[in-house]
Amino acid sequence: MNRKKLQKLTDTLIKNCKHLTERQGTTIGLDRNAFRNILHVTFGMTDDMIMDRVFRGFDKDNDGCVNVSEWIYGLSVFLRGTLEEKMKYCFEVFDLNGDGFISKEEMFHMLKNSLLKQPSEEDPDEGIKDLVEITLKKMDHDHDGKLSFTDYEQAVREETLLLEAFGPCLPDPKSHMEFEAQVFKDPSEFNDI
Amino acid sequence: MSKQDVRFSEEWDKEKELNEAPKKEEEPTLQKALPASGKSALEKNQINFGKNQMTKRLEPSLNWKATVDFKDHKNVLRDTQEERHGGKLERSGPIVSAGRTQLVRKSAEKIEEIISESSSESEEDEEPPDHRQEANADLPSEYWQIQKLVKYLKGGNQTATVIALCSMKDFNLAQETCQLAIRDVGGLEVLINLLDTDEVKCKIGSLKILKEISHNPQIRRNIVDLGGLPIMVNILDSPHKSLKCLAAETIANVAKFRRARRAVRRHGGITKLVALLDCAHNSQEPAQSSLYDARDVEVARCGALALWSCSKSYANKEAIRKAGGIPLLAGLLKTSHENMLIPVVGTLQECASEENYRAAIKAERIIENLVKNLNSENEQLQEHCAMAIYQCAEDKETRDLVRLHGGLKPLASLLNNTDNKERLAAVTGAIWKCSISKENVTKFREYKAIETLVGLLTDQPEEVLVNVVGALGECCQEYENRVLVRKCGGIQPLVNLLVGINQTLLVNVTKAVGACAAEPESMAIIDRLDGVRLLWSLLKNPHPDVKASAAWALCPCIQNAKDAGEMVRSFVGGLELVVNLLKSDNKEVLASVCAAITNIAKDQENLAVITDHGVVPLLSKLANTNNDKLRRHLAEAISRCCMWGRNRVAFGEYKAVAPLVRYLKSNDPNVHRATAQALYQLSEDADNCITMHENGAVKLLLDMVGSPDQDLQEAAAGCISNIRRLALATEKARYT
Repeated sequence: MNRKKLQKLTDTLIKNCKHLTERQGTTIGLDRNAFRNILHVTFGMTDDMIMDRVFRGFDKDNDGCVNVSEWIYGLSVFLRGTLEEKMKYCFEVFDLNGDGFISKEEMFHMLKNSLLKQPSEEDPDEGIKDLVEITLKKMDHDHDGKLSFTDYEQAVREETLLLEAFGPCLPDPKSHMEFEAQVFKDPSEFNDI
Repeated sequence: MSKQDVRFSEEWDKEKELNEAPKKEEEPTLQKALPASGKSALEKNQINFGKNQMTKRLEPSLNWKATVDFKDHKNVLRDTQEERHGGKLERSGPIVSAGRTQLVRKSAEKIEEIISESSSESEEDEEPPDHRQEANADLPSEYWQIQKLVKYLKGGNQTATVIALCSMKDFNLAQETCQLAIRDVGGLEVLINLLDTDEVKCKIGSLKILKEISHNPQIRRNIVDLGGLPIMVNILDSPHKSLKCLAAETIANVAKFRRARRAVRRHGGITKLVALLDCAHNSQEPAQSSLYDARDVEVARCGALALWSCSKSYANKEAIRKAGGIPLLAGLLKTSHENMLIPVVGTLQECASEENYRAAIKAERIIENLVKNLNSENEQLQEHCAMAIYQCAEDKETRDLVRLHGGLKPLASLLNNTDNKERLAAVTGAIWKCSISKENVTKFREYKAIETLVGLLTDQPEEVLVNVVGALGECCQEYENRVLVRKCGGIQPLVNLLVGINQTLLVNVTKAVGACAAEPESMAIIDRLDGVRLLWSLLKNPHPDVKASAAWALCPCIQNAKDAGEMVRSFVGGLELVVNLLKSDNKEVLASVCAAITNIAKDQENLAVITDHGVVPLLSKLANTNNDKLRRHLAEAISRCCMWGRNRVAFGEYKAVAPLVRYLKSNDPNVHRATAQALYQLSEDADNCITMHENGAVKLLLDMVGSPDQDLQEAAAGCISNIRRLALATEKARYT
């Protein structure tokens, strides 16, 4: 990320802020709703719970507002993160209670809505529970019934698709490209701000 | 395809009901998909299949790869894990597919297309038996697990789908039970549908699975039936390199039968695949994260793999060339990655069977690289390079190029390594074709290749023998090599090979034996080993190429044998057989038989016998031909046969003379000489002179009297003098 691009990202934030929240007080930043709006509109994310977690992930100081540096840091992982950075980020998103492990309950919680409910099924949760079991079997290398970061990391290194195993918390490639095309295209456009 | 859909969903329903019931219970009806009418289809197909098999065996093909026997042997030698074909599975029986109409259409198309496709392709197209899971056997636990996963694939969102796909990939997808399990629970449709979505992760996951299971021939067909190919071809346009790679690799696995290759071409796949080879061209700087990225070299490699599979079809070879594939392939040859080289050389070798390619191959300096890679350590690479050289060496310039780039030595040294039979076959094939040039033969002798070749005449599989004998046949065109072959004890094994059924082999063996027979000492050995009788019985072989080749070989045998006349007479029914061959339709056979008759008729007794068998009318009937080769040998035969009894007169009666005069108008000096000699013989009879005069022979012959060819001069002059003498005598008679 070079200087120019950083600058551009800051500017998008400012643009977005101005666009969405004029009522903001002293600090320039995005509150939860505005942020989720952006996630939805720009990056095509739809899962409420995940989006919430993403906000938490961006908002490092937990002040309920994503300021410029948090925004830039988060976007740098989104757009240019190495595999390691993304793994850490995703793991934090998925680790709902922040205890350093992704437990079965957390997985269940995240996958709750991932299967179409069959009308004929007696127990709609059975499929989810099964999915959780499958995932655990695949990723839990130390067999302790929950995923530590090491487990997760090892699994992702073997199969990159598992990076966002519990929900899309990174932008999908298409939105990613569109966003980049839009933001990084013409420097002259930003000059009149 | 709708029928299949219905069937799949029916089965799916059945299975769903079954899931409620205890799993231990075995349901025989679950897997039985044979409709009652399918039984008769089974029998019908068996008959069709048998016929196809038979016609294939008799089909003329000098391309050794196409022989049925080779396929058998290949199965014995090779692991079932080998990438190229699933040979064993494909030949054991007819297909019982859902659509009988589909099958009928397929076999009709097959017959239409059999001419347009290259012969190397025909082996794989027998429909494999469509196994359903054994109803009686315990369904393995994988089956149930896979079924569950497919259910999640159908009913899950992207997240669940990705999890299910990753889990499915963990099964041993190389095992047939798993592959068929995926198919039987409707997994193939789901996987293919996933390819049609916009979800990159789902596409990747799905392709990873499809890539593995498409090693199974039945699954390949199912994928094509379900319309999977056009979707995969579209994925080749994706900006994500890893998707391109996966799609190309899957296409490489699927496009192993004719219908699939055609489908790839029809959907514009060839152009896209050729575009993948272009790694110099830099697509937009990947702004993407490295998750979906792959190196350009990898993309090119996968593209080459796919093209290799597709290139077995003639129309695809053309398409590749038109899309500008050759320069790109040539460029890729310069790398040193074996993984890249093998599919590139494989593709080149497939395509090199076409002439258009050979010109381009020469232009792109590909031969140089092929020769260089002959020295690689990788056996498969060596094999393909040798095969490519075999294909290209049809052309003289290429043969010279191979020599100039030092290709003959590695070829000769690879002869010593007989373990890898496929490579040996390729190497011997390359040597065979290169030996067509005399300078190369000299080099081979220097490298002691001829002795090694003689050593390979025994204990080798047929596809190797064909090439070894072919090579020896070419080498023995030269005197020194004939002597060498004899001294190495090569004559005996060659004669032993005269009793085979492989047509290509027989053609080559007869040629080699014929070449050796030019040397009197070798001829004596051949005679002692009863070789002439064996050659003679090959005249009865149903295949015209074999007949012709045997007849050609008999000529030097008769010329050089001691007591040739005796020998020929000793073959019971032999002379009658030869004369009857004059009734054939095949020009090559006719020319060769005429040549043989010319030699036979040198012996007076034999000439009498063949006259009794009616050689004169038969020869006369052939006189009306424009084929110079036939004309020459026919004229020679006629001139020989004139020297018995009233054959001269008889030829005139059977109206052979007038057509002969027309031969003088040909451009071929051999034809002139032979015709002049025939006319000279015929002109001893007055009626013939009149016919010749009426047909304007005199003028034509006059021109030839001045020819530099002495025999022609003499014959022409002799003929004219006979005609003149008759004219004078007639005049004299008129005035006295």
